Amino acid sequence: MKPVPEHSLILRVTGLFILPLLILFSLFLLLRGHNEPGGGFIAGLVAASAVALHMFFTSVEAARRMIAVDPRDLIGWGLLIAIASGLAPILSGRPFMEARWIEMTVPAFGLVKAGTPLLFDLGVYLVVTGTVLAILFSLAEDDVQ
Amino acid sequence: MSTNTLIVLPLLIPLLAAALCLASWRSVLAQRLISLVAVLGLLAAAVALVHGIWQDGIAVLHLGNWKAPYGIVVVADLLGAIMVLLAAITATAIALYSLGSLERAPEQFGYYPLMHLLIAGVCGAFLTGDIFNLYVWFEVMLVASFALLILGGERAQMEGAIKYVTLNLVSSALFLAAIGLLYGLTGTLNMADLAVKLADHQDNPMVEVVAGLFLVAFGIKAGVFPLFFWLPASYHTPRIAVSSLFAGLLTKVGVYALFRTFSLMFPLDEFVLRPVLLAMAGATMLVGVLGAAAQFEFRRILSFHIISQIGYMVMALALFTPLALIGGIFYIIHHIIVKSNLFLVAGLTYRLGGSYELKALGGLYKRAPWLAVVFLIPAFSLAGLPPLSGFFGKFILIRAGVDAGSWALVTVALIVGLLTLYSMTKIWAEVFWKPAPSEADPGVPPPGSLMILPVAMLCVLTVAIGIGAEPVYRLSERTAAQLLDPSGYINAVLGDQP
Repeated sequence: MKPVPEHSLILRVTGLFILPLLILFSLFLLLRGHNEPGGGFIAGLVAASAVALHMFFTSVEAARRMIAVDPRDLIGWGLLIAIASGLAPILSGRPFMEARWIEMTVPAFGLVKAGTPLLFDLGVYLVVTGTVLAILFSLAEDDVQ
Repeated sequence: MSTNTLIVLPLLIPLLAAALCLASWRSVLAQRLISLVAVLGLLAAAVALVHGIWQDGIAVLHLGNWKAPYGIVVVADLLGAIMVLLAAITATAIALYSLGSLERAPEQFGYYPLMHLLIAGVCGAFLTGDIFNLYVWFEVMLVASFALLILGGERAQMEGAIKYVTLNLVSSALFLAAIGLLYGLTGTLNMADLAVKLADHQDNPMVEVVAGLFLVAFGIKAGVFPLFFWLPASYHTPRIAVSSLFAGLLTKVGVYALFRTFSLMFPLDEFVLRPVLLAMAGATMLVGVLGAAAQFEFRRILSFHIISQIGYMVMALALFTPLALIGGIFYIIHHIIVKSNLFLVAGLTYRLGGSYELKALGGLYKRAPWLAVVFLIPAFSLAGLPPLSGFFGKFILIRAGVDAGSWALVTVALIVGLLTLYSMTKIWAEVFWKPAPSEADPGVPPPGSLMILPVAMLCVLTVAIGIGAEPVYRLSERTAAQLLDPSGYINAVLGDQP
């Protein structure tokens, strides 16, 4: 990838505005995904596209710095979280992957239901983000060389 | 642990191992340790599973407690459990061999996670009771195998991989289309439920179309005539451990899928596709072995023999008598072990002779008599010489063919056995007997003990199956009985529901 010219002002300015919105949007999609359209996969794609946008108006190194962890770690840990969500019910003697829920009252939010499907979605989210970024980064770095 | 919980372990262990290997991608050492522990764990779980199914009958797990036919079920009957055990044995041998033979580069580029992912896909395909879930596991397996195939990135590998990927994608597309049609026809994806519902659709010509699509889709994966071209074009290109893993397991998943669909969903007794399957079996045997006779590269000869051996398994299915199915299952058990082993032996030969070309090899009998022994055991077993495992498999099958009066197929099977022997003798004469063409150093390090150990293990197993053929026969007998009478499977999955 050719380094973006310094004067690409429009991309940089809009990018800075859109970036946090995209990340918020991906979290929104992740959390609503159990009952409504959304979920870990699409949320992961949105998150990855946010990082990709950052990469376009800065550089691969800056994008890597922004997410702080190596994308390959995201894949591994995401898979582990997803598997753990399936294993959790076994510990209480229930069938593999059965959904377990806890309800709690969180101040300012009211009643919140959290459960193993959310954990599974989180795992998928990390795997998808990690996979897309691993592919993007290696393509971009290949191009720089 | 109850058998119903045990059945999830063959899926969980390789998946967990893949995830752990990915999470610790920085340390090759950690990945090696995880891999070793995982394959041994898988082996133990698989043995326990076969034992459990033998004792208590078919085990079913409703994933997430969503009952069949709405949820996805994991089902282990004897066939599924035996296949998982064979996968575990192969995985153990390959993992040991990989530890002893791989260079640094593939290990760093994700060899171990991919290997575990492949095994997870294979085990998932063997244990799922849902036709769409079967497709998903096929894809898991294929994606992992694509990546393993090109690991290393040599030109020949890319060329092989393109053929492999293209034909397998065609197969997946057909498979998916067949599932779609089937769902439109019956409104269910659960295989047991499909078996019940399809019985009401017997006069519907659409059923035959769907069955034909399945036959082509699985036929491509299994490598039957005339759909096998991807196999000899790609199997000799990757690292030998990968070749061996593919040779032992991948085509057999296709064979398993054929056995499953054509015993449970489309019972072959009166089915129109049966003559097609019989003809395919004969042609697969013959074309495979003739292809092998024309080759002079160790791995290519073995690749063509996979095809001809698949012919025997399809023959067993196509005959569809109790004895034929017993023979078929016996044959699969024998074949997976022997075939993986022969590829590993080819790897050892390469380490000693520096080449896979028969012309460039020679004199290995003098240099490494032990290698001659570990070659002869699986080679003679493949050709079907008593008292090795291959003899009994072929004997039962040919007996079943004679009983069924399929003289043409029996003749072909016997000729193919003879030609297999010719092929193995060719390798023997070229690699071991012929004086070495040059005294030059082969330029590769000699095999370490970690490479020889799995080969020796598989040899012992081959001999053991031959000598202890009786228990293996009884295991196959009960498996065949389960296949011929799917009511046990259906009741186990659907319970007492109407």
